[in-house]
This record gives sequence, structure tokens and C-alpha cells, in this order.
Amino acid sequence: MTGKLIHSQVIFSTKFLIHIVSLFLLCDLYYQAVNDRLGADPVEVVLHFTGIGAFNLLLLSLTISPLAQYFKLPLLLKFRRLIGLYSFVYVLCHLLSFLAFEVQFDWHLFINEVIERPYITIGMLAILIMFSLAITSIPLIKREMGRNWQKLHNSVYLASLLVGLHFYWSVKSEIIEPSMYIGISLTLLYCRKKKIIRWFK
Amino acid sequence: MIKNISRKSSSWQLPEHQVTDEGVYLKRRSFLKQLGFVGTSALLSSSAQADWFSKNELTPFVTKPLSFKNSFKSEDVLTPEAKVISHNNFYEFGTSKNDPIENAQQFNVNPWQLNVSGEVGKELTLDYDDLYKLFPLEERIYRMRCVEAWSMVIPWIGFPLAQLIKKAQPNSKAKYVAFETLYDPKQMPGQSSRRIGGGVKYPYVEGLRLDEAMNPLTLMSVGLYGKSLPPQNGAPIRLVVPWKYGFKSIKSIVSIKLVEKMPPTTWNILAPREYGFYANVNPQVDHPRWSQASERRITSGGLFARNRIETMPFNGYEEQVAHLYKNMDLRKNY
Ligand code: HEM
Repeated sequence: MTGKLIHSQVIFSTKFLIHIVSLFLLCDLYYQAVNDRLGADPVEVVLHFTGIGAFNLLLLSLTISPLAQYFKLPLLLKFRRLIGLYSFVYVLCHLLSFLAFEVQFDWHLFINEVIERPYITIGMLAILIMFSLAITSIPLIKREMGRNWQKLHNSVYLASLLVGLHFYWSVKSEIIEPSMYIGISLTLLYCRKKKIIRWFK
Repeated sequence: MIKNISRKSSSWQLPEHQVTDEGVYLKRRSFLKQLGFVGTSALLSSSAQADWFSKNELTPFVTKPLSFKNSFKSEDVLTPEAKVISHNNFYEFGTSKNDPIENAQQFNVNPWQLNVSGEVGKELTLDYDDLYKLFPLEERIYRMRCVEAWSMVIPWIGFPLAQLIKKAQPNSKAKYVAFETLYDPKQMPGQSSRRIGGGVKYPYVEGLRLDEAMNPLTLMSVGLYGKSLPPQNGAPIRLVVPWKYGFKSIKSIVSIKLVEKMPPTTWNILAPREYGFYANVNPQVDHPRWSQASERRITSGGLFARNRIETMPFNGYEEQVAHLYKNMDLRKNY
């Protein structure tokens, strides 16, 4: 009985911490940016921070299953959904900041960029995937979907590879950091290789 | 809609009253970045770690006041000094915009040697004091358009490159001018580490056609905002070619060579499809990965500054330089 209580307390406080940290970082970011305290070009910093933040959270959510398996800590799985959802929140901020502060609601420019620039096109694809994952993580929808849910959510690996490519193509010459991210995405994919082989059978 | 701020006239000679837009501006290295959240590179980077321990011990670089006459003014609102000196592409000191101001404070500019050589009648060597004394200094307010589609308005101090070249008496073989940045991996961490330096081949080299170099707009700058250049802006001496993308305006120059053939240039070597030799600001020719039709003008104001404006051909200096490119296909010669 007490064991169970501690268990749910740990889950509660960890989730609370995830909320606080993720939201605090975002609020601080926009607070600094609006007040022009984020270097000379706050738009660039905001795009960078929300982009990397979303990618970090996405990869973190993908690390949870392998970690839980390896360390026999099924408790970790309890946080996967929340972290995945925050990754989506960050990427939504990334996209909206691009629209509002980078192209400044010049819809013509926005649409052209999405169509003509491969790295933006790929970012758009990734964000659509992440959107469908976020929507279907609502428990009711998840139950309705049955086995199709897992199928859909497997595309998170595709999203992570697309984002890696988006990152790689967005830089001028500093390819080391995006290359490391792509490496991490591929490693995570490799961790689940048995599972992936099963999907294709 | 693209808004056009303070762009009624593109003339640079109007002695208009200058509006300095000096908002409350605090440079603060983001708390978030210190958490290493910005990316793995921040966690791994030794410069980030150095920040934790030694930031306060470093003495900042000292600039000195310069005397100069005012000549070229512009109607554009100036970019605040704090932004001009903290948002720099100078990969020798790191690839993030705020790396140079953090990593360049110990840069030693005195003694300095700038050599002018090649196809000249008289080779020259300028030492540190010569940079400020050999020619009368003047202030020029120029727009600076980065190839990444942002721009600034900066009050440079310097002298026309043409004066320096004339002094060296170029011979008839001199067709191009080749420039070179200092190569000193001990002082410039980007030159000793591929990760910090962004994979660029050093030393940084740039070039101009001789007639471009002799154009009265082309400036050798030794200062900005009334003082000598801080290292992150290319101390002690740099080029400023206001109708070309910023990467042409090479920093911390040690060699100027007059040559017969078109010299290699750093970004062109790195990605020839993306960066040409000419690199004239041209809203009609996009970078393969982004549009060059408009730009974000950095002044004061935070996230909500509506700062997107149309990019002008030759960055608004068409009247002064378009004749240099008569009969040239500017799409091919990007
Ligand atoms: C339509 C969707 C998207 C658009 C329009 C977009 C736009 C951009 C832009 C303009 C940049 C370059 C920022 C700069 O260099 O100043 C960028 C970088 C980046 N984006 Fe996106 N992005 C999109 C989707 C995504 C998604 C889905 C993710 C991740 C989950 C993501 C993660 C990143 C990362 C990690 C960077 C590199 C950070 C940097 O170097 O600044 N983006 N994005």
C-alpha cells in the first residue's frame, strides 16, 4: 500500500517537474525576446532555441523505451507521452515564431519558402507527422484507434530523421552538430531494430 | 505585406539628421544557454565551459576614440552599437553570432602588419599606427546586408581603399585584389578547431576586381561608432563593401595583394553553388536555400519589431556601382 503511494507520488512530482521546466524555459525565452534582451536578433535565438528544444525532447522521448527496457524501469514509460507532447509544443512555437517573427505574416513568402526550400518542406512534413501524433495521444482517440495507433506512432522515427535532415540543411557550414543529431537518431532507430524488422514482416 | 521603413531615398550623401535608436539594451548571455539546453555542442564546447569559470576574470578589449570628418550620411535608422558589436559572423572566433564578442576579447592587434604587395610599383607595409595616420579618416554610414537575409546600418570610420592602392602604384598587370585575414590559431580558436571554426578553410581569403576596389564606396575601416574597431568586428582593419553581401567584407586583414587572375574566395571554395565571387546584393537572385527578396533590418526593438523590408538591388547603391556590371549576366555572376 505505501509502496504504491510512493510510486504515484514519484510519478506526480516528476511530471510536475517536467511541466515546470518545459514551460519555464519557454516563458523565459519569450519574455527575454520580447524585451530585446536576447542578443541583437531575438528572432534567430527563438527559432534556434525552440527548434533544438523540440528536437532534444523528441529524442529524449525516443530514448525512454530502450532505457526502460535496459534498466528494467517500466516507470519511465509513464513520462514518454508528456515529453513527446512538449516536443510538439516546442515545435509549434518554432513554426509560429517563424511565421510571426521571421516572415512576419507575409503569407506569400511563407508559402514560397515551404514549397521552394527543401529544408522547410521537410520541416513541414515532420511537423505534420508530429501533429498527428499529438492529436492521437488523447486517450479516447487512442482507444478508438486500436492497433492502428501503434502503426501511426511508429512514424515518430521517420519524423526524427526528417528533423535531422532539416537541421543539416538549415546550416551554412557548421555541420558537426546536426551530424551528431542525425547519428543519435540513427542509433535510436538501431536500438529498436528487432521491432522494426517485425513491422515489415 | 512587406513594410518599408525609412527608405524614401537611397542616396547616401544627404546630410540628414541622424536618428540614433539606442533602446534600453542589455546583453545577457541567456540563462538557458548556460544550462546547455541549446544543444549538445554547447555542452561539449570548451568555450562554454570556460564561460562558467573564467568569464569574469577576462578583461575586455579596449577601443580608442578616433578623430575623423563626417562625410557620408544616410537616412536609415542606425543599428544600436551594442547590437553591432555583439552579432557577428566571424567564424575564427566561433560560429554563433555571440561567440566572437565572447571569444575575441583577448585578441592582440598591436603590433600589426598589413602588407600591400603583388603587381605594384611600391610594396607597402603598414604598422599599427599607420592604419590610423596614413590617410585622413572619415565616417561613413552604410547599410550592411548579410547573405543570411538580415541587415544593419553602421557608422564606419576609415579611408577609401583606392587611396591605399594608389599609394602602392599598381602596374598594368594588376586586375584583381586579393585579401587575407590573419592566420593565428593560438589567438583564433576557430582556426585550430574544425568544430569551433565551422569547417571553413583558413586563412579566410576574399577578392575584388580592381575597379570594384577603386570605387569610392569601398572602404578600409578601422573603427565604428567613433572608436577603433573591437576585435569581433575585425580589428584593427577590415574591408567594407556595402553593395555586396557581408562575407565579402573581410576582417582583420594582414595582406592585400594585387594580382592578374581572379583570386579564390573562402565561401566560394566552400560552396560554389551558393556563394559566387561577385556576391552583389541582388533581390532577384535567391540563395539556393532561402529568398533574398527581403531582409530583416536589425535596429532596436525585440521580437515584435516589424523589421522585414524589401532588399534593394546593390543594397541601394545602384547609382554608384551598377555601371561596374554593365553587360554582365548577374544571374550567372552571382
Ligand atoms: C514548417 C515547419 C518548420 C519551419 C518553417 C522551420 C523553420 C526553421 C528555420 C527557418 C530554421 C533556421 C533557423 C536559423 O538558422 O536561423 C530552422 C532550424 C531548425 N529547426 Fe525548424 N522548422 C520547421 C520544423 C521543424 C521541426 C518539426 C523541428 C524539430 C522537431 C525543427 C527543428 C529545427 C532545428 C533543430 C533547427 C536548427 C536550429 C538552428 O540551427 O537554428 N524544425 N527551422
